[in-house]
Amino acid sequence: MTRYVMVADLRRCVGCQTCTAACKEGNATPPGVQWRRVLDQETGTYPQVNRVFVPVGCQHCANPPCLEVCPSTATRQRPDGIVTIDDSLCIGCSYCIMACPYDARSLVGETDYAFGRTPTAAEAARAGSGTAGIATKCTFCAGRIDAGVARGLVPGQDPDATPLCVNNCISGALGFGDIDDPAGPVAALLAETQWFRMHETEGTEPGFYYIWDKAPP
Amino acid sequence: MSRSVASLHQRNWDSRAAGNFIAGGTGSGLIVTAALAAAAGEPVRSALMMGLGCVVTGLSLVWLEIGKPWRALNVFFHPHTSWMTREAIVAGLLVPAALIGVGTADATAVTFAALLACGFLYCQARMLRVAQGVPAWRQAEVVPLILATGFAEGSGIFLLVGRATTGWLTLALFACVLRQAAWHAYRAALAGTPAAARSLAAFETITARRARGAHLAGVVLIALALVVSISGARGVMPILAGAGGALAALAGWGLKAVLITRAGFTRAIAVPVIPARGSRGMHARQTSQS
Repeated sequence: MTRYVMVADLRRCVGCQTCTAACKEGNATPPGVQWRRVLDQETGTYPQVNRVFVPVGCQHCANPPCLEVCPSTATRQRPDGIVTIDDSLCIGCSYCIMACPYDARSLVGETDYAFGRTPTAAEAARAGSGTAGIATKCTFCAGRIDAGVARGLVPGQDPDATPLCVNNCISGALGFGDIDDPAGPVAALLAETQWFRMHETEGTEPGFYYIWDKAPP
Repeated sequence: MSRSVASLHQRNWDSRAAGNFIAGGTGSGLIVTAALAAAAGEPVRSALMMGLGCVVTGLSLVWLEIGKPWRALNVFFHPHTSWMTREAIVAGLLVPAALIGVGTADATAVTFAALLACGFLYCQARMLRVAQGVPAWRQAEVVPLILATGFAEGSGIFLLVGRATTGWLTLALFACVLRQAAWHAYRAALAGTPAAARSLAAFETITARRARGAHLAGVVLIALALVVSISGARGVMPILAGAGGALAALAGWGLKAVLITRAGFTRAIAVPVIPARGSRGMHARQTSQS
């Protein structure tokens, strides 16, 4: 089986938001909607303070609560673990947004463009697909993955088959790949590091791993 | 642009969504009370009509809220797991069943409608229960709270539109006591949830306090009406019962309005450890925040 997951090495992320910008440019998300965000968390009290940058977005859970609640079956899960939204089925009830523990989904309001009334080419393509009034979220750039795999490329290793945020990460903090491939880079990276997944107690089994240290000797 | 890691106030389900829980709860409770009254041989057409009207009004409010209203029939596509689909299916059965009850005034038909109304109310409660993104709704105790307040509202309204006899006063009082118990259980559970601090604060706002005040006032008035009814001096009893019933319903509406529109905060992003950034060999430390 194949299960695509994303890895964020919190030791490396510098909070530059390049992943956010790359996603927004490539996927033409409407103003106010960001599929890939980087949160900025400060902890501690002076002088013992810390700052952590945390890339977040859809965690493509193995047990996605959004899928369970969706009344229209617009939310689906592919065999490779990617959770998708069928734009033609979604009724925009926002129930999936309420069910997501990761605040990863947005409801697209009325058609709006980043630069006034004239859409960019990418925005025109998105608006043409009727996304106003429906829920939207990160797709792990499923279209790029599918096109790349069809050409024999390996997601996570070949840029043309890899999500845009990973391709554009300047510090190599983001990684992507098939966690079920024991010889793949993701499995190897997770084996040699310590990591956590967010809100594990919710039983969602998210497909987003946060690395925070090397593995203990 | 960075965003706070703190929980955020959900703004997707607004007063229209709250209206569905308010009107749906009241309508369901009213239909159930009407069924009990029908079994006792009382006329229940007006109560049934009003209950059905409430349910339909609530669903209409939701229809106005969804982003693609002309695709609304897609809501029926996922009965396997979605409580929203189940709510819609039960509503689809409840409407004709209640209409038959109104038309025939037959106790069996009304009882069937009441069973469906119970199912409708249960679906609404479970809809909130599975919303994992909102800790205040995720509480298991939200289910009895929604059920109890629906019955309290319905039995309260019945005192206005039906006959306020000793039996129905007792029922309304019992439902209010049940709601109070459910509220305390819910509030205690919420207080034990670390991610629900902002939701707890929402339940201390003036609107929430007024709702609780209306509840207490309603209980007192219904209890007084009950005492007057038992004593046989019926002069002011209908006024006390009507005012008490109205306050009991108002209290539930206020509670659900706060629950949906003001207490709905998302989970905070949880980072349980600080990464060992910068120097090699520096082990990560447990944070004081998560």
